[in-house]
Amino acid sequence: MALVLTEEQSMLRDSARGLISDKAPVSHLRHLRDSKDPTGFSRELWHSFAEMGFAGLLVPEEYGGSGLGYVEAGIIMEEIGRTLMPSPFLATSVVAASVLTRGGNAAQKSEYLPKIANGSLLATLAIDEGAKHRPLQTSLKAVRAGNGFKLSGAKALVVDGHVADLLIVAARTAGAAGEREGLTLFLVNPKAKGVAIERTIMVDAHNAARIEFANVEVTADSVLGEVDQAAGLLDGVLDIGRGAVAAEMVGLSDEVFGRTVEYLKGRKQFGKLIGEFQALQHRAAELYIDIEITRAATMKALQALDADIAKAAPAVAVAKARAGTTATRAVQEGVQMHGGMGMTDQFDIGFFMKRARVCEELFGDANYHTEQLARARGY
Amino acid sequence: MTDLKTSDSESADLETFRTETRAWLEANCPPEMRKPATSDADVFWGGRNAKFSSEPQRIWFERMRDKGWTVPDWPKEYGGGGLSAAEHKVLRAEMARIGARPPLSSFGIWMLGPALLKYGNEAQKKVHLPKIAAGEVRWCQGYSEPNAGSDLASLQTRAESDGDDFIINGQKIWTSYANYADWIFCLVRTDPTAKKHDGISFILFDMTSKGVSTKPILLISGYSPFCETFFDNVRVPKSHVVGTINRGWDVAKYLLQHERAMISGMGERGVGRPLGQIAADSVGTDGQGKLDDAMLRGRIARFDVDEAALAACAERAVDLAKAGQAHPAFSSAMKYYGTELNKRRHEILMSAGGVDALEWESERSRQGARPRAWLRTKANSIEGGTSEVMLGIVAKRILDLPGA
Repeated sequence: MALVLTEEQSMLRDSARGLISDKAPVSHLRHLRDSKDPTGFSRELWHSFAEMGFAGLLVPEEYGGSGLGYVEAGIIMEEIGRTLMPSPFLATSVVAASVLTRGGNAAQKSEYLPKIANGSLLATLAIDEGAKHRPLQTSLKAVRAGNGFKLSGAKALVVDGHVADLLIVAARTAGAAGEREGLTLFLVNPKAKGVAIERTIMVDAHNAARIEFANVEVTADSVLGEVDQAAGLLDGVLDIGRGAVAAEMVGLSDEVFGRTVEYLKGRKQFGKLIGEFQALQHRAAELYIDIEITRAATMKALQALDADIAKAAPAVAVAKARAGTTATRAVQEGVQMHGGMGMTDQFDIGFFMKRARVCEELFGDANYHTEQLARARGY
Repeated sequence: MTDLKTSDSESADLETFRTETRAWLEANCPPEMRKPATSDADVFWGGRNAKFSSEPQRIWFERMRDKGWTVPDWPKEYGGGGLSAAEHKVLRAEMARIGARPPLSSFGIWMLGPALLKYGNEAQKKVHLPKIAAGEVRWCQGYSEPNAGSDLASLQTRAESDGDDFIINGQKIWTSYANYADWIFCLVRTDPTAKKHDGISFILFDMTSKGVSTKPILLISGYSPFCETFFDNVRVPKSHVVGTINRGWDVAKYLLQHERAMISGMGERGVGRPLGQIAADSVGTDGQGKLDDAMLRGRIARFDVDEAALAACAERAVDLAKAGQAHPAFSSAMKYYGTELNKRRHEILMSAGGVDALEWESERSRQGARPRAWLRTKANSIEGGTSEVMLGIVAKRILDLPGA
């Protein structure tokens, strides 16, 4: 498959870009932050997303969605990255929709997927527990109690955790932290007794929460997939999330770079445009090359996910690792080349730096994914 | 619906092509040609004096030549395979699948051919392209001069008019394999009064012409792949100019794009054993099978990430060109990154090899193959335009930065 967008995909990009740049430029995020908006995103805009078919983009058509693929999801994420729009798209439409589609039984799919597609249900995967993304280190405990289970433990960096209507919780039903065996996914009502949600205001002013589970009772029906056997499902779903976040970082990097190059063409010092200085030109050129290479690696990963998710892991690791280092470089150069202006809150560049830092941690940072590639290659 | 059906039948045709190609390659590519080339003798360059280093090399070359697959995407009338871009991609993928070597390597294929296809007249195409495709003529490139390196357009080799001929005098340097080449494509100054880019012509001539001499240059690798090339009253018909007289810079630049794409693809990317496993041979592994040098392991892993990403970008560059969306200066971006990456690869190999990688002359070290290859890569970021020149081109032509 060619590593360029098809005509249909270009049209999807254009319509997403039109909506997002019009309704949610960076000032949208700034307003949500400054007004201390309790939800941290715009429900109205989310309904527009649903009307345009984006909310259910990955949801199969039989459940009311568009039944599109990960390349298409990446296109939306890239546009979200350009304006830093806070949106349930990643947690609900990409990750949760994928978990339910790939691992849910018929009843679970019928109950939740149509609501995701029509924009009426927000859902999120609660996976991380420690400071770093280590899915196999999951230690939140689920013990059998009666016909169901009781959950105890805590989750961190649960994206949209404080507004979600449905939590998909990774728990350990057997084995010890670090083992692949013994992981199970549960569908949990955030209003259930024993669930305590603390919204965490993050550096990037996007939505996340810490959630504690104190003997939370769930029925056997709330198990998603097989008991003890969630690792395989998680591998695939996390890779989908990684590919999506890589795409967001490509959009973010490209936008911050475009703004920086424009600044180099307009700012004068020593009687010259600063873009005339070779020291800056060469750094800008290197960054451009980095971004193009990362863009290609990300498209490759998304296509690999669409083609055969079981074989996509190395390509996804490459994409997420590259996206992390490239975005980090792009925002650092962006702030540096904007000089003192780059340090002001009034200027948007800082928002990109903050979001890049969060994206880097989401679903594993560059070191994590570089390590995964080394292991996959057997050294 | 009509469109959908067309594309369905196109992709069905492509699948048929893939199946047939796979079967043909399986039947016709000798097992010895399915391993990466490890020495110069493993590469077949063609030419009047060419010798095959092995029987499988000859068989593989001849079979591919007979299908036109030394130049799969050139038109059949010029000795090519006449494949579409999509079919060519399939052939490349199928060759990569079994690790098949290129049957013929040549500057005629990589550089002159594309320039002739775009700028050559019909007679020039008919004379030269089939001989390139068939490996009968080996070409070299007369570009750089002692005082015209990065500033190539300041070249001074002059061609003075004498009736229907030019008389050429001057000196070229870094002429790769000039001592083995049959013909040269050469930049000469045909109008010394014009501005430096405007008085240059692109001309072809036989290296056995009277007045041509070459002298190999010994490099830090101990090899002499480059020569100094001297022209002393060399007589060349004006009909050998490609494109318009004094407009040779257009041809030169177009050819450089291809040269840069070629150099960016140098190195053993994606074939052979993974770097981490090569390193494990000398460094060893710990109880978990991890390379027993955490810092080196991290360095290799970061290299592998970048290498895989660059491979995706190279694939995308081809796809963009096909779709008519490529920026003409993008080959400079690829050249920069590809050559810097290849230097990194060889620094890692030297570090992994430790003391064993220092031997310069022994059977054990295959006559110092590793350190010589390491030193050779240092030229990658100089030849065909330095890394600094590449970044300047990206800044000026792609980013449109001022005054670059």
